[in-house]
Amino acid sequence: MTDLPSTLVVKNLCKKIGRKEIIKNLSFELKEGEVFGFLGPNGSGKTTTVRMLVGLIKPTSGEVHIYGHHLQKDFIKAIDNIGCIVENPELYPYLTGWENLQQFARMVPGIKKARLKEVVDLVGLQNRIHDTVKTYSLGMRQRLGIAQALLGKPKVLILDEPTNGLDPGGIREMREFIRTLAERDKISILVSSHLLSEIQLMCDRVAIISKGQIIKIDSVEHLLAAQERVWWTLDPVAEGKQIISKTMTIFSEKEGVIVTNYDEKNIASVNETLVRKGVRVHGIEVKLPTLEDLFIELTGGETID
Amino acid sequence: MINLVHNEMIKLVRKKRLYVIIAIIAVLVFLFTYAQMKQVESMQERLGTMDWRTELQQEITNTQNRLNSSGISDEWRGYLQIQVSQQQYYLEQDINPSAPGAPTFMRVFIENSIDLVLPLLVVVVVADLVSSESSVGTIKMLLTRPVKRWRILFSKLLTMILSVSFIVLSLGFLSYAISGAVFGYSGWNLPILTGFAIEGEELVTTNVRLIEQWQYILMELGLTWFVGITVGAITLMLSVIMRSTAAVMGVMLAALISGAILSNMVSSWESAKYFFMVNLRVTNYISGMGAPIDGMSLGFSLSVLAIWGLAALVIAFITFTRKDVY
Repeated sequence: MTDLPSTLVVKNLCKKIGRKEIIKNLSFELKEGEVFGFLGPNGSGKTTTVRMLVGLIKPTSGEVHIYGHHLQKDFIKAIDNIGCIVENPELYPYLTGWENLQQFARMVPGIKKARLKEVVDLVGLQNRIHDTVKTYSLGMRQRLGIAQALLGKPKVLILDEPTNGLDPGGIREMREFIRTLAERDKISILVSSHLLSEIQLMCDRVAIISKGQIIKIDSVEHLLAAQERVWWTLDPVAEGKQIISKTMTIFSEKEGVIVTNYDEKNIASVNETLVRKGVRVHGIEVKLPTLEDLFIELTGGETID
Repeated sequence: MINLVHNEMIKLVRKKRLYVIIAIIAVLVFLFTYAQMKQVESMQERLGTMDWRTELQQEITNTQNRLNSSGISDEWRGYLQIQVSQQQYYLEQDINPSAPGAPTFMRVFIENSIDLVLPLLVVVVVADLVSSESSVGTIKMLLTRPVKRWRILFSKLLTMILSVSFIVLSLGFLSYAISGAVFGYSGWNLPILTGFAIEGEELVTTNVRLIEQWQYILMELGLTWFVGITVGAITLMLSVIMRSTAAVMGVMLAALISGAILSNMVSSWESAKYFFMVNLRVTNYISGMGAPIDGMSLGFSLSVLAIWGLAALVIAFITFTRKDVY
């Protein structure tokens, strides 16, 4: 991944409102064809950052470069490479889907009618495109939002909470769609979310943000592998604990459940030993940490709010 | 830029605001036409004659009686005296000041709508030009296109100017077309007096001259358009600053209504003449009615309006190009 060119480069981005520092010194890069997750709880500064990336909010200091164009100094050229949905895709409810797309097409030179048709087909809205947007379901609006974001053939796509308000089917569809765009069309995609499961399923790399600061950037596999846990439900607990502690690290213990690190090779043998020594094993579960656990882990006890 | 204005026009038309405007004007014109018809009828019954001279003479006598009664303020007395001398002038020159006919109705209707009805219609259209985009969130879609922010606001400004022109024209056209059905469509060439000047409480008639009614109406439409643009510019500024269309309308409504009330009671508060809303009745200067405050003239009022309008636009553009959009 590292040898691919960077499409979006963020350097030391800060935002102060009054005296309050909302965003503190963010730096990260997006590579070509990569899906980059931006993970943080509500109020951590995800949306503010996304708004700074698309020029809606001016950073107090720091730089955003898109394909080498400085966003603040060379707005037109920089933004030309970006397609985005910030929070919900807000469209004109009294216009039809098609008319909405026409509105945006008129603002960018050189977009032909054929391109409008193309994006409509891409998001699968052919049947309803000539109905007014106020009759659309949330999922359809989300798809129309994607269509408008793709209209100018962007090289960087910025999606703020893209699965917000979608039903499970819609979420899955969206996920596959995002993967396809990245893999087939080599678009860099930044996805912000407060759901770990979502980031886990569609992103290559992830930045974890808390209180306006990036606390970790890593590939999704690394991050999760380090955080996966095994939950042992045992009886009697004390004896079991003694046996497990010989081979694995114990993180916590409560109500008959012992939580250890995930170590694929040793689970079977530990289980065998337990059974042999007469400890009843009610359950062995491999669990992903919740976002909250991850946070507590990474920030050293700091909770989400 | 044409594309941007095209976009704005589509939104305006599809929001159906302009139809509402036309409907409001049509209803108002119907109401006033009917009211005036009734007035003419009752006048006829009372006087038993259609002669306007008798009517005008009657009015002058009435006013003079009021002037003779004690207990009216000096200000009011001065105004009544001016009115009487103007009416006497009409009588001597054999000019019917309220000769019925659609052009006359149109002239009076425009005169009376300039300080409240027209600004309200302008506010209805302009108030949500920017604020609706901010409150619905479509502003994010507009500002993340490869178009500079000032160009987007400029397209909205052009849309405002087009809408004001449309409103002023429909005001003229509808008042003519509808009232004509009752009063007849003739009267474009009726002579109208203009050029009255007021110095102190004297009606100065040295510059008074006759012009044909269509010229007079053209002047009125021009002034009305100017007032509309000023009100539009101020509304546009508020629309940039505030997210809520209702708040924009509320502020403008309060300003306009307070202006209408103030102009009736501020003759002793001289600095009130720098408020834009006290200066809206610019047609009064050409019809020869007194100004609400000493020292106000056509040139003064137009300058005050122009300065308010320009200042509003400067603030609107600075705010719009700099503000953070949440």
